[in-house]
Amino acid sequence: MTNNTKWQVLTALLLLGFAGAFLALWSQQSTSANTGKTAPARGLSSANALAETGVTTVSAADTDAAAAQAAFERAYPVFVSPRCQNCHPSGDAPLQGDDSHVHAQNVKRGTDGHGVYGMRCQTCHQDANLPGANMPPGNPKWGLPPPQMKMVFVGRTSGELCRQLKDPKLNGGRSLAQILTHVAADDLVGWGWNPGDGRTLPPLNRPDFVAAMQEWVNDGAACPN
Amino acid sequence: MSVPTKMERRDFLKTGAAISGGLLLNLYVPDWAPARATQSASQPVALNAFVHIGSDDLVTVISNHSEMGQGIYTSLPMLIAEELEADWSKIRVQPAPVAAVYNHTVYGIQMTGGSTTTNSEYDRFRKMGAMARVMLISAAAQSWGVDAQSCRAEKGFVVHAASGRRASFGSLAEAAAKLEPPKDVALKDPKDFTIIGKSMQRLDTPSKTNGTAQFGLDVYIPGMLTAVVARSPVFGGKVSSFNGDKAKAVPGVVNVLEVPSGIAVIANGFWPAKLGREKLDIVWDEGPGGELSTVGMREQYAALSKNPGTVARKVGDPATALAGAAKTITAEYEVPYLSHSMMEPLNTVVDLHDDHCEIWTGTQFQTGDRAAAAGVAGLKPEQVELHTTLLGGGFGRRANPASDFVTEAVHVAKVAKAPVKVVWTREDDIRGGWYRPMWYDHFAAGLDANGNPVAWTHTIVGQSIFDGTMFAGFGIKDGVDAASVEGAADIIYGIPNIQVDLHSPKNEVPVQWWRSVGHSHTGFSVEAFLDEVAHAGGKDPYQLRRALLANQPRMLAVLDLAVEKAHWGGPLPQGHARGVATHFSFDSYVAQVAEVSVEKDGRVRVHRIVAAVDCGRTVNPDTVKAQLEGGIVFGLTAALKTEITLDKGRVQQRNFNDYPMVRMFESPQIEVYIVPSTEKPTGVGEPGVPPVAPAVANAIFAATGKRVRRLPIKSEDLRSA
Amino acid sequence: MISFTVNGKAVSVADPPSTPLLWVIRDSLKLTGTKYGCGMALCGACTVHIDGEAVRSCVAPVSRAEGKKITTIEGISPDLTHPLQQAWIEIDVPQCGYCQSGQIMSAAVLLAENPAPTDTDIDEAMSGNICRCGTYPRIRQAIHRAAEIKARGAK
Repeated sequence: MTNNTKWQVLTALLLLGFAGAFLALWSQQSTSANTGKTAPARGLSSANALAETGVTTVSAADTDAAAAQAAFERAYPVFVSPRCQNCHPSGDAPLQGDDSHVHAQNVKRGTDGHGVYGMRCQTCHQDANLPGANMPPGNPKWGLPPPQMKMVFVGRTSGELCRQLKDPKLNGGRSLAQILTHVAADDLVGWGWNPGDGRTLPPLNRPDFVAAMQEWVNDGAACPN
Repeated sequence: MSVPTKMERRDFLKTGAAISGGLLLNLYVPDWAPARATQSASQPVALNAFVHIGSDDLVTVISNHSEMGQGIYTSLPMLIAEELEADWSKIRVQPAPVAAVYNHTVYGIQMTGGSTTTNSEYDRFRKMGAMARVMLISAAAQSWGVDAQSCRAEKGFVVHAASGRRASFGSLAEAAAKLEPPKDVALKDPKDFTIIGKSMQRLDTPSKTNGTAQFGLDVYIPGMLTAVVARSPVFGGKVSSFNGDKAKAVPGVVNVLEVPSGIAVIANGFWPAKLGREKLDIVWDEGPGGELSTVGMREQYAALSKNPGTVARKVGDPATALAGAAKTITAEYEVPYLSHSMMEPLNTVVDLHDDHCEIWTGTQFQTGDRAAAAGVAGLKPEQVELHTTLLGGGFGRRANPASDFVTEAVHVAKVAKAPVKVVWTREDDIRGGWYRPMWYDHFAAGLDANGNPVAWTHTIVGQSIFDGTMFAGFGIKDGVDAASVEGAADIIYGIPNIQVDLHSPKNEVPVQWWRSVGHSHTGFSVEAFLDEVAHAGGKDPYQLRRALLANQPRMLAVLDLAVEKAHWGGPLPQGHARGVATHFSFDSYVAQVAEVSVEKDGRVRVHRIVAAVDCGRTVNPDTVKAQLEGGIVFGLTAALKTEITLDKGRVQQRNFNDYPMVRMFESPQIEVYIVPSTEKPTGVGEPGVPPVAPAVANAIFAATGKRVRRLPIKSEDLRSA
Repeated sequence: MISFTVNGKAVSVADPPSTPLLWVIRDSLKLTGTKYGCGMALCGACTVHIDGEAVRSCVAPVSRAEGKKITTIEGISPDLTHPLQQAWIEIDVPQCGYCQSGQIMSAAVLLAENPAPTDTDIDEAMSGNICRCGTYPRIRQAIHRAAEIKARGAK
């Protein structure tokens, strides 16, 4: 990766970070067919957002599979840390706590990733964390990925997780740049590094995690075997 | 929803006293009338302490027992209505004030507990209804100038068939109340019952579906402040010093004051009080309680269990029988401290004045609480007016031998110099002690060559509940706390040589009766070990129990019924298995069959519990079923979920995240069958609890071959592969 | 001041915005049917509706209610005629009754969104509400019954 490319991406990320919460991202794709509930439309479509924030596509010439794989391996422990994997479960029930136990109240994903009936995420989770250990964490977008794009982290090897992440059929048609945007700027992803009292942080800080993901993309986004 | 204002209530008390003053000849009339006849438009007249009738025909039954979910506000009125020949739709109920006339017929103080309400009041309440009926008939006969023998009561009226005259109870009440109560009354032949034995709709249900049911926490009186108390983080600790400046700076906090149990933060609502408490700086003098750990206690208990304690029961010569047995097995069982965790956390409202004190609280223990409150207030018990609200669960916790939550509130009111409601948070409740004791049991059994048990020894280790309470003389005999060995010393199985003995170590953790008390641990350990005995002797656990219950026809019938309904031995889905347990407690016979499966990760799923009960004659059969259902879920939480542990004297659990309850999705299908009986009624509130854990544990063994000897059952112990 | 409606009545309260809605409802508005059980959204006793959605009022700051319609147990029907109330009474669900306000408020959202819930639906909708008395089997039965009552009423 050249210095030049690095600067390009860093600039883009800076802009993305600035645009932050206004970007339309994965977790906002969800709408509920059955309940008629729609996640708040907060921003531009991904494509527009990216165009406006100046992210450039990575050219094939920069690829370095081994470096990409190594970069992804650096980022991987973050994905499977409780702060991230608890809402990317393999079944339809979110997990809780540093031990990633199944959510005690039999909570379910629902048709939009935000629960069912009187057990919507917002039944308990507020727009922000509440003070105190074991109090419900909060974010305006609190929820799981929707059922049509579960984006499972739990139990996935780094290779499996990486391939899932990249696969437009599994990731909601996202480009690599859009994936970067998500990890770098999404407010709910950002919650992982501001998880409230008593919760351990992911093993990398967010800039380091983003840098690893960026390196993975810039080096051609090869997945670990 | 709201309590009557002070003026209304005081005015009524005056008139109420005046009315009952005219009736004081009657032995059964209390020294003052109760606060208010719910929904009765007219002043009800007391025919006796338990039956008040208004000119609007409403019959108010005064309940001296607390309603904490067990349906007693319906079952007790049923007893009266049956003999009174009342119109059930006119029946109302209200809590009794504290007075000797309302004392428990067996325990001699006003209280609710021990699964005794229906059986202890079965005769008295029917008699009260019958006496009132006789007085109403006499009043009608006198006014009509006819022979009372020619009149009868039916559905709220006195009827003179010959003349066709009818008078409603309400129109007769005042005249009836002036009559001398009959010395003796005949009670109905049970075959003539029209209410008792029939499932009646609970009188309190409507108010519990629209928010109007009033629990202690719902009492608001004028000028009332709300307090939370910071109590010692270890049992027995005392405040050494404190600084309340930061707490006082929280908007809404009115005062921060020391009371014997800790530091009270007094505010104009719960939330500022709670926020204020978080800002307190307190230095505690922890005392020896700071050394306690359940790990250490377990080692101590285990060591004690190796040697016999004070003998509670000895039959035959168990030592010789064990020595001569063809096969012997031993096992150790253990259960943790448990919190009652009623859904309504403890609370008490106190309005304290120089010469009187009013208290509102959901209590199971009126006489004790009133006396203790009076002691703190420096008043006579008669100067303390205690209003029993509905209880948001009790399970024993609200019958506290030290009246802890009531006396503390009086202390707070004393220093607050204002009416005050003391509220316990859930954390206060779970960390506040008064637990079901932790128990450690050592068993040995000897089997003969045919696999039949010929010797049974059981050493029990755990704190005495009665020790140090006003009940010590009643509950502890020859060094044995009866509540520690109940369900063990009195096992009804026909084993020829038995010894049950007890060690009662002491420590700072306050312990208390918890739904089913001693049976909550002996039910588990005895029935699970008996299952081991059955397997050791190559016998079907059901068949072994049958054989050992040959002289216990009532338990045998209950066992056979549960097993039949559960299709013992019948086909089951792959991975499912059944376990059976019986237990005799509170004079009732219960058998349960559990159907469980165990997931690969060790999680236990309880699919179905079939229970059969013989509790004598049932008053309200649907309530009996409800109590068994509830007892089963309560017992299941103890079997699968909860434990209180201590480290450095500190309770390590604090709320439902780490002291979790069984929830809807974990609640099994429950079937309850009642064995018809004409015997006298026996307990139902507690007997559903003890057999759950052993039935589940025995089913787990049947499913996995793994023996559960410690509660709560842990999935990590049952993980396969 | 924070303004919202409770059971159709407009109210304005002066409590600090971070005060849990539960304590505003109970201590300020004196509507005591909504219960305190845990303060951590673990037991469901405090469940109310905000614009028709179930919310644990013990953890919802009152600021969340601004401009919204709050329904408490007192507002679910004026006269015990909600199908759930009818079913609860018919089956005698409550024991101590303390948790039942929250149970009914959760069940009301289930029934509003799913007129014929299965046992699985009930497990998913009702597992946030703890009942220490163990009335779960009857709650389940009563929800099925309420669905029937509602369906019959709709015909």
